[in-house]
Amino acid sequence: MLIRRREIDFLLKEFLKVGELLNCERYANHDGDTIDGLLDTAYAIAEKEFLPYASKADIEEPEFIDGQVKLIPETQAAVNAYSEAGFIGAAFAEDDGGMQFPWIATQAAGAVFASANVGFYGYGMLTAGAANLLNTFGSPELKSRFIPAMLEGRFFGTMCLTEPQAGSSLADISTLAQPLEDGRYSLRGTKMWISGGDHQLGENIVHMVLARISGAPPGVKGISLFVVPRNLVDEQGSSGEKNNIALAGLNHKMGWRGTVNTLLNFGEGGQCEGYLVGEPNKGLAYMFQMMNEARVAVGMSAAALGYSGYMHSLDYAMNRPQGRPLTSRDPEQPPVAIIKHPDVARLLLAQKAYTEGGLALSLYCARLLDEEMITSDPEQKKALNAMLGLLTPIAKSWPSEFCLEANKHAIQVLGGYGYSREYPVERLYRDNRLNPIHEGTHGIQGLDLLGRKVFMDGGMALGQLLRMVREDCARVSVTPALSQYAQLIAKATEDMIRVTGMLVADAGKGEAEKALANATLYLDSLGHLLVAWTWLRLARISLEALEDAPGTDDAFYQGKLKACHYFCTYELPRVNSNARILAMRDGLFTEMQDEWY
Amino acid sequence: MKKIMVGLKRVVDYNVRIRVKPDGSGVITDGVKMSINPFDEIALEEALRIKERGEAEEVIAVSIGPADAQQQLRTGLAMGADRAILVQTDKLVEPLDAARTLLKLIEKESPELVIVGKQAIDDDNGQTGAMLAALWDRPQGTCVSEVTFADGKATVTREVDSGLETIEVDLPAVLTADLRLNEPRYVKLPDIMKAKRKPLETVSLDDLGIALDPQLEIVKTDPPAQRQKGVMVEDVDGLISALKDKGLL
Ligand SMILES: Cc1cc2nc3c(=O)[nH]c(=O)nc-3n(C[C@H](O)[C@H](O)[C@H](O)COP(=O)(O)OP(=O)(O)OC[C@H]3O[C@@H](n4cnc5c(N)ncnc54)[C@H](O)[C@@H]3O)c2cc1C
Repeated sequence: MLIRRREIDFLLKEFLKVGELLNCERYANHDGDTIDGLLDTAYAIAEKEFLPYASKADIEEPEFIDGQVKLIPETQAAVNAYSEAGFIGAAFAEDDGGMQFPWIATQAAGAVFASANVGFYGYGMLTAGAANLLNTFGSPELKSRFIPAMLEGRFFGTMCLTEPQAGSSLADISTLAQPLEDGRYSLRGTKMWISGGDHQLGENIVHMVLARISGAPPGVKGISLFVVPRNLVDEQGSSGEKNNIALAGLNHKMGWRGTVNTLLNFGEGGQCEGYLVGEPNKGLAYMFQMMNEARVAVGMSAAALGYSGYMHSLDYAMNRPQGRPLTSRDPEQPPVAIIKHPDVARLLLAQKAYTEGGLALSLYCARLLDEEMITSDPEQKKALNAMLGLLTPIAKSWPSEFCLEANKHAIQVLGGYGYSREYPVERLYRDNRLNPIHEGTHGIQGLDLLGRKVFMDGGMALGQLLRMVREDCARVSVTPALSQYAQLIAKATEDMIRVTGMLVADAGKGEAEKALANATLYLDSLGHLLVAWTWLRLARISLEALEDAPGTDDAFYQGKLKACHYFCTYELPRVNSNARILAMRDGLFTEMQDEWY
Repeated sequence: MKKIMVGLKRVVDYNVRIRVKPDGSGVITDGVKMSINPFDEIALEEALRIKERGEAEEVIAVSIGPADAQQQLRTGLAMGADRAILVQTDKLVEPLDAARTLLKLIEKESPELVIVGKQAIDDDNGQTGAMLAALWDRPQGTCVSEVTFADGKATVTREVDSGLETIEVDLPAVLTADLRLNEPRYVKLPDIMKAKRKPLETVSLDDLGIALDPQLEIVKTDPPAQRQKGVMVEDVDGLISALKDKGLL
């Protein structure tokens, strides 16, 4: 089921004040109506072209027949509707052939598509990502050759980073780029796990490939970025001969099956031509510059998949009669709907708090990305970039972990039926299971957060973030209905500040390994704190709405207050207990020897 | 044809679960997602297809409603209407008043064809199109599932209880669109931007010389009765006797 429109409208308009964001030059052509129009179209296409085929795309997974990828035919209609409506280029600048929609609006639309059918959504999302990368770092000549066709949906895009021997550690990639006389390169190597790596949905596929130019320095300093089309493209932009990228096989995945996943051999059977993007040896740096956007989008998908499961299980819980209330065991009484059982309420509230909270956090980051893009003040740009750098591993990983937990709860609400393929909740769980793995695993995000981002600029971004949390706590401490939550969050904030100080001091003493051994736990804790803070802000808005306009949408806002209560009461204490563990600087994980397992 | 006029009513979106105001005076629309009445969207789609086939030159979208109904007209312009007219009023407009108002616009614009939805999903009256044809004194084709044009006439397939009926109507005429007439297009994002530059004129009821003349009194609005609990019957005989008990057989 789709994310409720009311939810998206609430987050965009009431929480993130998208209207205020539009008061800038970049978005001068937009107003509330254009944003609504974008969402209306997204919902219409998601409902008619995406949602009905999510299950079919899962059951009839892509096949490799006569050297070609075969997808269910509905994939084509869906990606056509998506690209013909203009979604691939929606956030691109008008000068680059786009419609200059705010990032936050296109991301919200993306979440809607992901909740409908994440597999179909993958093709457009990857193409936009690849085009964005090329647009930012490519030469005018490369851009004009590929990007218009990508934004139209004639060419699709991929990201080719991973190799069989190099996943988390991209320093170890070995795909080789041999310079040809005229500035072109000949590529050779194997790329693993490439989403959308081959299919017949469009005229061509544009691969963004990380490779080493022969003679480049080892490690991350010797990685360059190339654009490598499946079919060679002439100056006029027409696709011609094959470029010797062999489809070596398909990966058979647990979920997210609507997006084909491939193993590709570049340069098998002849010369595979590629073009350098930007300068040599800067490839990984370029990728990292786009990382915030890509990773926030992963968190958003995770929240969307969790949300969809929440909707299904809510619907089921309201309609499944089973058992009697704790207070009345009379078998003559008709059974109640399971939503009346406190434990089912627990499962539903946890889903609500994780998924709506995760979505709010992701969209908050999307708004910061907009602010970073539109500000002309270099100091502010830098500060926003640092803040996003800090938030990104959390925005990527927290929803990936906890909205997956939500999918687990959704299965639980359906009991045995949840475990069967008759209902979509098990698929949503499998689909979402990818999110803690790709775009940097959960463990890698923890290291990124505690090993780099927390320290950046002397911890300035973290300091500023936690200052905002404290300020919000202080602000609502005078509101009786919310002060208890503010107190809990303030306490958890102090715990995180103290433990961060300890870990930073350890690292300063050269005990980085010890400090980082619990980096994932640290990420989970900071994530829980930030989601509690997010819920506090949502609760404050909801309380105001209940007071300002009683009777208009009370149930919606009451639900927000209850989810805030749930999160601060049942979830937030994890921060305190995790902080105690972190403060112990326990060496268990670094001391373990293989034989002890 | 030179002009086709299409009526677009602003209604609560079909996905929204309707809530009745606590005092029973109507349904809650504050903060609720509003859309073009789905049958009107079909009406507009048909007009656009007629124009795209080269059988009409201009499509005018009109709405009677509050200032916010501009949003629905903008959507209509984004779908492809050439211009739009909003007759602005915050009052509830009953079918007969809507028909009278549309007639004024017809007198101004002289369209050869008017298409509206067969009914609006908010009040489900299904009267405006028929009333408009009567006031205008022109032929009508209601509940249309197919239409073609030749020699100043429209050949119209209508969905009737017994199946399909085909009639011929002289133009100008009023048609009301049924569900199967077409599948409306998706609005494209660039067209949303272009729609901002298309003309949207706002007039008042006064400007048109219309004084609303309500004929109906809303006594009370109630939510539909809760669905009764189902019962399991043992077998077909059980089903038959249960239906008989309820007087359904
Ligand atoms: C469905 C799917 C789609 C994908 N799509 C793409 C794509 O389009 N393009 C692309 O380039 N890649 C893609 N990937 C690859 C994905 O990004 C990698 O799988 C991921 O980066 C992890 O690499 P790996 O699988 O080699 O695991 P490994 O790196 O071997 O990791 C295995 C485990 O070890 C842990 N680990 C590894 N190194 C460390 C460390 N230094 N410290 C702590 N823990 C560590 C990891 O956290 C993980 O738990 C996709 C993967 C999947 C499954």
